[in-house]
Parts: sequence; C-alpha cells; structure tokens
Amino acid sequence: MTTLPETTERKLGLVIDLDTCVGCHACVVSCKGWNTENYGAPLSDVDAYGADPVGTFLNRVHAYEVSPPEAQPFTVHVPKSCLHCEDAPCVTVCPTGASYKRVEDGIVLVNEQDCIGCGLCAWACPYGAREMDALAGVMKKCTLCVDRIYNDNLPEVDRVPSCVRTCPAGARHFGDLGDENSAVSQLVAERGGMDLMPEQGTRPVNKYLPPRLRDALPSAPASAAKSDPATEGLSGFLGWVDRTLTRL
Amino acid sequence: MHPAPSIIAFTVLSGIGLGLLTFLGFGVVAPVGLPAFLWFGLGYGLTLAGLAFSTFHLGHPERALKAFTQWRSSWLSREAVLSAAALLLMAPHAASSVFLAQPLPAIGMVAGVLCLVTVLATSMIYGQLRTVPRWYHWTTPVLFMIAALTGGALLTGMPFVSQVLLAWMALAIVLHWLIGDRQFARSGSTMGTATGLGARGAVRQLEPPHSGQNYLLKEMVYVVGRKHAFKLRIIALGLACVLPSIFLWIAPFSLASAVAAAISHVAGMFVSRWLFFAEAEHVVGLFYGRTAEAA
Repeated sequence: MTTLPETTERKLGLVIDLDTCVGCHACVVSCKGWNTENYGAPLSDVDAYGADPVGTFLNRVHAYEVSPPEAQPFTVHVPKSCLHCEDAPCVTVCPTGASYKRVEDGIVLVNEQDCIGCGLCAWACPYGAREMDALAGVMKKCTLCVDRIYNDNLPEVDRVPSCVRTCPAGARHFGDLGDENSAVSQLVAERGGMDLMPEQGTRPVNKYLPPRLRDALPSAPASAAKSDPATEGLSGFLGWVDRTLTRL
Repeated sequence: MHPAPSIIAFTVLSGIGLGLLTFLGFGVVAPVGLPAFLWFGLGYGLTLAGLAFSTFHLGHPERALKAFTQWRSSWLSREAVLSAAALLLMAPHAASSVFLAQPLPAIGMVAGVLCLVTVLATSMIYGQLRTVPRWYHWTTPVLFMIAALTGGALLTGMPFVSQVLLAWMALAIVLHWLIGDRQFARSGSTMGTATGLGARGAVRQLEPPHSGQNYLLKEMVYVVGRKHAFKLRIIALGLACVLPSIFLWIAPFSLASAVAAAISHVAGMFVSRWLFFAEAEHVVGLFYGRTAEAA
C-alpha cells in the first residue's frame, strides 16, 4: 500500500557532516557501483563515452559558496540522496503501490516489478532524490543499501550503506535516528543536526550537520586586488627607493 | 516542469471529452439516434484518445492495470478508477439514447458527476504537489474543471452556456497565472532552506554535481518556454476564450461559427496547457542555483 505507516519501529538513516565533507564524490561513485552490480535494475548511462553523457545516480554532491555578512565566504559540499522522509510525499502519490515505506526500519523503497514509470513520485520529491532510469523505465532511488545492511554474507564492518563505508573523510554516518541513544542521534543533538527544506513538511529522517563556525580574523586581510599602490609614509630603504625612482 | 506532449494531449483531450460527456449525462442536451451516436462517440473518442496518450508517458505501460489499486492514497490511481467508472456507467445511458431513443437520466446524471470528478482527480495530480508551488493552489482544480466544462459546452453547441463558461474560464486562467506568479516566493523554499545554510549567509551555487544534463534537470528544471511566457499567455487566452466568444457572438446559431469556436478553443487549450507545465517551477531547481527570481 502506498499509504504511509503511522510510525516505524526504527528510523534508519544517514547523518551527513557538512563540516567534514571534502566534496570528493567517492560516495557517488561507490553508490553507482554497488547499485549497478547488485539489487534491482542497474543504474544506466546513456551515451557514456559520447559528447552528451547522462546517467542515473542515487547520490549527487553539490557545492555551494556561503557568504556571511561579517566574515569570509566559505565553500560547503552538500551530498544529496533520499532522506527517507517520515511524511514521504513520493510514496502516497504512487498509483500502483510500487513505492512504500517499510514499517520495520522506515526505509523508502520501490518495488520495480510494480513500477509503471509514470514519474509522479520524482515530481513529488522536493529533493530530487528519485531518478527514472532511462533504459529500465523504472524509478530508482537510494535503498539505504538494504542489500548490505542486513547481509550476513558480508563482514560486519561492511554492513553499512556503500557511501558510508567508502567516505574517506568520515563525513557520513549510518544508524537508527529513532533511538535517541544511538551514536547518530547523539551526533545530531550535539552538532545541531538540521533538516533540508523543512517547510516542505516531509519530516526527513536523514540529518545534516552544519559547518562549524570558522575562526574569525580580527579584521579582514587586504586582498591583493585591492592593495593600494600609494607609497606615502614609506621610510627607510624602501622610502629612499621610492623617492629616488620618483625623482628620475 | 517538462511539458511532455503525451501529458498535454491527455489532459486537454480527455478534459474536453469528459466535459462533453458531463453535459450529455445531465441531459442538458438529450440527443437520440444518430446525433446521439455522433455526440457520445465524440465524447468517448476524445476521452479514450486522451487516456491512450497518457500511456505513452509510462516507462512500463504493460503494467498500467496496477494503477487501479491505490485509490485510497493516490490521485493518479483515483483518476484511473474514476475515468473507468465514468465511462462504464455512461455506456448504458449512451447505448439507450442511440439504439432505443430512450435516455436514462438517472444513470446519466451519476455518470455525469463521475466525469466531473474524474477531471477533479486529474487536476489534483498536479494540485497536490507542494514541490511545484505554482500548481499547489485551488486555482489548479478550478481551472481544469472550468476548462473541461467550457470545452464540453462548445462541443454541445450551446451558445449562451458557452459564453458564460468562456468568461469564467478567462477569469480562472488569469487568476491561475497571477496567483501562480507569486506562489514560489510564498512557498518559503529558497537556496538557504534547501541547503540548510541560509542562516549563515547568502548561498550561491559554486559547482553543480555533474557537468552534463540529468533526469532531474530535464524533467523538473525546464526553462525553455519561460522566455516567451507573456506572449504565449496572450495567445492562449485569445484562442481559448476570446476568439470563441467573438465567433459565438457574431453568429450564435451557425454551425460554421460553432466549429470555428471549438477549434480555436482546443488550439488555445493546447497552448495554455503547454504553459501550465513549462511555466511551473519545481523546488528542486533551488539545489541547482535556480532562485525564485531567476526562475
């Protein structure tokens, strides 16, 4: 059924640290790899080696510049994938029941055998988390690596989503956000974890940790472009050079 | 939003077909025999052609029957169920009018209501989407339902009813545009809320995730049509409402003017429905640096 469960037993999700992410896209590559080689239709590429390549990705890393009014601008990398929302609008719009939110762990999934490829769920998602695969004609989305996290055939250390396992910076954390004692929940409480687009009313499970405040310089350094060529007040050797050159 | 031709054809044709069937169901015009065959045939033909076009939009049309299952939660599923119910229930009324010269008003009226509710369901597929602020407003269902009734009235050849509906439709479409223009700003979604960084300062896109195109940009960050939006609005309003009204005013009871009015209206509906999609901004564009002002 595409009605949402009132509550889920657990709220598995990701906590992504925007302070730590270096924007290397390793999570993007590992996600594409795992989800092409394993569960469901592969994430296809069209014209992969041509002039206009496009492909399906479940995770994309954006980069932004933030300019605070009283401090230096800084760069933030924002990896974006399905946030496994508690009020997932993508689920309720599905006409076939292919989209659903699991009661046991809150993961939002697509049953590809039931998907007719109408694309309405992708329209309903404010985050752009769902992409229709151009070759398979079915909707693809982050599964939270449901085929890894419960997989007894993998060593325990690998039973986390592929993006989390891969991240070289340790910017991605996986756990139960419904359990306030879990490591991820404590991280969210400690660092002021936030929702993306809270005004859309989706109640995302995934949280983002905001960048820590940067050290503030007492005064902004004069940038090279603005440096003043005036030589007034120069003394000593440089003053002598200036006066001599001026006289020539 | 990407203005897919299949979706435009579907919403325009099935809307007008269902509008016509509504009038036939309510017995506002009660043809029998051959005229009934032609009129019901036109209503069914337009509606079914529209529904056929809608399947071209699907990645897996062979699974379309599954779309009848989720009517409890999904407007798209409700639309499928309602359209099937409306067309099936209209059949005895239509058959009896054609072959027995005996309309069945009670059945016809219920079927007529179902036809209108089907149009409502179609409109709510779009009107429910909070992610597309321009659509997330009561003007969306109002516009779809008035447009369906206007098209239906024009096809039934009722000059006075058509004139009244044309005026209401012009009002509805202008309201949808004017209110729609403010909706994105009113949604409260900005690059700041999308990234969660707005409280820290002005947010600007530095680098997109990929240098090329992707499904999201093609489907939801469609900007091609917005350049000529104002001119297209004038063309849409002129063809869909003003011109048909003039035709019917000049020669209210001539077949030629009725046909010209209907053709003009349908052409205008195609332009206005194209605009309905092409002008609609999806909030996901914010992640790609499309601010409300730039959109």
